[in-house]
Amino acid sequence: MISEFTGQSHSLCNLNPQAEACATEVPGNLSASKPMMDTEIKVTPELAAEHGLSPDEYARIQKILGRDPNFTELGIFSVMWSEHCSYKSSKVHLRRLPTRGPQVLQGPGENAGVVDIGDGLAAAFKMESHNHPSYVEPFQGAATGVGGILRDIFTMGARPIAVLDSLRFGPISLPHAGVKTSADVDAETVAHNRRILDGVVRGISHYGNCFGVPTVGGEVQFEAGYSANPLVNVLALGIAKKEDLFFAKARGVGNPVVYVGAKTGRDGIHGASLLASAEFTEESQQKRPNVQVGDPFMEKLLLEACLEAMKTGAIVAIQDMGAAGLTSTSCEMASRGGLGIEMELARVPQREPGMTPYEMMLSESQERMLLVAERGREQEVLKVFAKWGLDAVEIGLVTEDGLVRVLHHAKVVAEIPAHALAEEGPVYQRPIAAPAPVTNERYVEFATPGKNLTENFRALLAAPAIASKRLIWEQYDYMVRTNTIEAPGAGDAAVVRIKGTKRALALASDGNGRWCRLDPFVGAQLAVAEAARNVACSGAKPMAATNCLNFGSPEKPEVMWQFSRAIDGISEACIALEIPITGGNVSFYNETLGRSIDPTPVLGVLGMIENAPRALGMAFRAKGDAIMLLDGSAREPVMDANGAKEFSSSEYARTMQGIEAGAPPAVNLAAEKRLINLLVALAREGQLQSAHDVSDGGLAVTLAESCFASNGLSAEISFKSKEPDELALFGERGARAVVSVTPENVAAVRRIAAQYEVAAVEVGRVASGEFRIELNGQIVVSAEVPSLADAWSGALGRLLQANDLRKAE
Amino acid sequence: MKFGVVVFPGSNCDHDAWYALGEVLHQPVEFLWHQSEDVNQFDAILLPGGFSYGDYLRTGAIARFSPVMRAVEKFAQGGGLVLGICNGFQILCEAGLLPGVLQRNAGMKFICRQVHIRVESTDTPFTASADPSQVLQIPIAHGDGNYFCDDATHSELQRNEQIIFRYSTPDGRVEESANPNGSLANIAGICNRERNVVGLMPHPERAVEAALGSADGQVIFRSLIESLLIQAGVSS
Repeated sequence: MISEFTGQSHSLCNLNPQAEACATEVPGNLSASKPMMDTEIKVTPELAAEHGLSPDEYARIQKILGRDPNFTELGIFSVMWSEHCSYKSSKVHLRRLPTRGPQVLQGPGENAGVVDIGDGLAAAFKMESHNHPSYVEPFQGAATGVGGILRDIFTMGARPIAVLDSLRFGPISLPHAGVKTSADVDAETVAHNRRILDGVVRGISHYGNCFGVPTVGGEVQFEAGYSANPLVNVLALGIAKKEDLFFAKARGVGNPVVYVGAKTGRDGIHGASLLASAEFTEESQQKRPNVQVGDPFMEKLLLEACLEAMKTGAIVAIQDMGAAGLTSTSCEMASRGGLGIEMELARVPQREPGMTPYEMMLSESQERMLLVAERGREQEVLKVFAKWGLDAVEIGLVTEDGLVRVLHHAKVVAEIPAHALAEEGPVYQRPIAAPAPVTNERYVEFATPGKNLTENFRALLAAPAIASKRLIWEQYDYMVRTNTIEAPGAGDAAVVRIKGTKRALALASDGNGRWCRLDPFVGAQLAVAEAARNVACSGAKPMAATNCLNFGSPEKPEVMWQFSRAIDGISEACIALEIPITGGNVSFYNETLGRSIDPTPVLGVLGMIENAPRALGMAFRAKGDAIMLLDGSAREPVMDANGAKEFSSSEYARTMQGIEAGAPPAVNLAAEKRLINLLVALAREGQLQSAHDVSDGGLAVTLAESCFASNGLSAEISFKSKEPDELALFGERGARAVVSVTPENVAAVRRIAAQYEVAAVEVGRVASGEFRIELNGQIVVSAEVPSLADAWSGALGRLLQANDLRKAE
Repeated sequence: MKFGVVVFPGSNCDHDAWYALGEVLHQPVEFLWHQSEDVNQFDAILLPGGFSYGDYLRTGAIARFSPVMRAVEKFAQGGGLVLGICNGFQILCEAGLLPGVLQRNAGMKFICRQVHIRVESTDTPFTASADPSQVLQIPIAHGDGNYFCDDATHSELQRNEQIIFRYSTPDGRVEESANPNGSLANIAGICNRERNVVGLMPHPERAVEAALGSADGQVIFRSLIESLLIQAGVSS
């Protein structure tokens, strides 16, 4: 289908013999004749359908134009009105997200959200998905995912200082050695998942390392639902002086429109519309040509050149060419400024001769920017790009007629009202239907009280979801630019200092697809809560959030129900925790052969530490320190009737009994808020040695990880609980954190915790010998730390090297 | 005394080197654009890490032809002090200012990690203030750090004590387990025969503040600064 179609458009290639001759025309005096109707390809409703446009949408286009669109215009509408670019199915729901706050300088709608971080500085940050390209071509798909979000940051005038990656893959091992993995996984699928994992990680490493931005954190999960549809969500953070921020709003009629960066090629055509906005079928591999190819070196030059050019003060507006390339940049900049833009395509730097207007407008070639310069000062800008050896060509100018007018060798090939194109696209209230309630699920059966659970614990530590991800993050340069205070694995959040100030920023991302499948409302709330809790555990006050909403097809009522519930959950949690959403993106159609992924809203939370040296890690620091469990929900009844139902959604239930059922742990936002405020206060006053939140794998895993991160320290734990042993040790209820405290500070921590109405229970001491947990008077876990550490740190490598998949079965 | 940090298109540790020398060690330091053809106003030249010219073709292979490198070669031949870090080391090898090559890591993967290196010779301006066999904790971040040279070159390096740093265990044992990238004889850094040009894969500029994990890298920069002071004292 697709290849046939692009094949046709290629047949237009020889329309313009005198390409070179025209390349020198001045856009100023261009004839604005009536749009040239493309004779080669007749635009029909069928062709519109091939472009993914519905009959209604096609009629709407005819109404806006007052005529039939020509072939190029059809292409332009199809990308701008694609789900990926227009948010037509999500808009009505996204409006429910809280986006305001005193700290917010720029909410959704720009290239990235911006918050005030004091000292006259602003932080620009945003998360974006690149799921489909990463499935079709893992290396380039992931690489260009990084490149795209980095451009969103520095197009605002901010220098990128950190990147996080939230990755989801299918299982990378078959059930083995008593460890269960999700159902329906065969050897072939596992092998494919491993190839995707390898390609994605190499792609991120390649692009981020070469560009010179540290990849400081993120998370990785493995679930059966992602086998045919991995998730690659990239969060980027940048810093700028408040007065140096740039926006993508065209101003000044007659100002020159300048194209800068890489040449335009035929790669990525229809990436946004046909790749990102449709589910996968057997033919998906044919879409490889729709995946862009990235060049991090070019992007690094573009970064330095843009930041330097911005300093001249001669740039009025600038926007990167991401999805929908030249089309979206031109019409969005024009629309935001309430103006028009006129462009001569013959002047666009081209990688190959004979590209058609259609191809140039829809190309998603990477590392390109469009900017509006101040008339008369354009030379100052062009000089900077010349210094960096980059193309910078005046291809058009800002007009007052509000039209995006595209010319090719002085012939008008497209003429569309910018505002209608960018803002008056279709908006859908898609049908919503709750899925049928699941009946007679099998829940976890708890072990008899007092049973020694050491071996189960060891297996849990080796589960892919919990095991160390060092194998992955060691391939990322997480130190470049020398700001990384908390490197991957050192704390619950990544922490980067801000040079020239006393401050540091903390970032964490989280999202649990399994929980969201069981309950999208609670699952989404837990994602917000954990990301915020992680940030607080590093000593930072959560201040704003970005999100990446990964779901199946919006045309399925059940998927829209999941989406709507997730939005409600995020809204409620963000309001309760006072962290406005400043931007993000929606990724629909995450399904292959009709099967949707688990609904996966991923939240990225940004927090600030006033005094960088007070940043906290998870590692125990000194033998003899008291280990305390902070529990924000202690004032509510801890033990609930459905302990088994809640525990059946845990990592332990999946790993040990192959059960993924029940419901996520009940969320208590008030309790989360109390805990977060307490952690921030304790860190600010330097009361803590370490902090680590209780999440995947529960209290036991939290304690073990604080040992693994330390210099050979251990923990001796003893506590009482009314819960079943396994729930007490491995339950994943939120609003809890494990902190270590010097003996002399214990009293102070108790006192402050009481003020914040958070229970602070001393559960043990940092030790040097065996790792031991005594529960209700019985030793339930006891092992040498090195043996546990080996199970945890070596697991991923062992799983990936288990070559003989047959034998594994 | 003035330090010059070369900026190639694609250098990305240039700011870090500049920050370490200027802001942490309070030395006069300036950036040097890759098209500069004269570097004689500087007392020491630093080739930073990164991906010069994208490191397409082969790491450092294109950078060696840039105008500034001709100037750096003259500078080095005149006895000027040159330090190449990571990509800078690769460029020095490609330019023939240091012997050997840096191949793809043995594991074929990029590695970012804190490692330990043992000072094998204090007889260079870059290690003069170090204790003999002192072990430094300094991070690496590279995909092509696997040092190799032929036997003749290797024995010459040994004969002239040109091997300056070797990967070691924290307690200073040079063994395979401490070798992160498959480098020949755990070689992490070498100097030329005249001992005024040193290249190493680890990033000392990332290890000048305890807050970032280690300040051991200061040993190398302080040696450099003291050596220059002594030189200045002698010449005045």
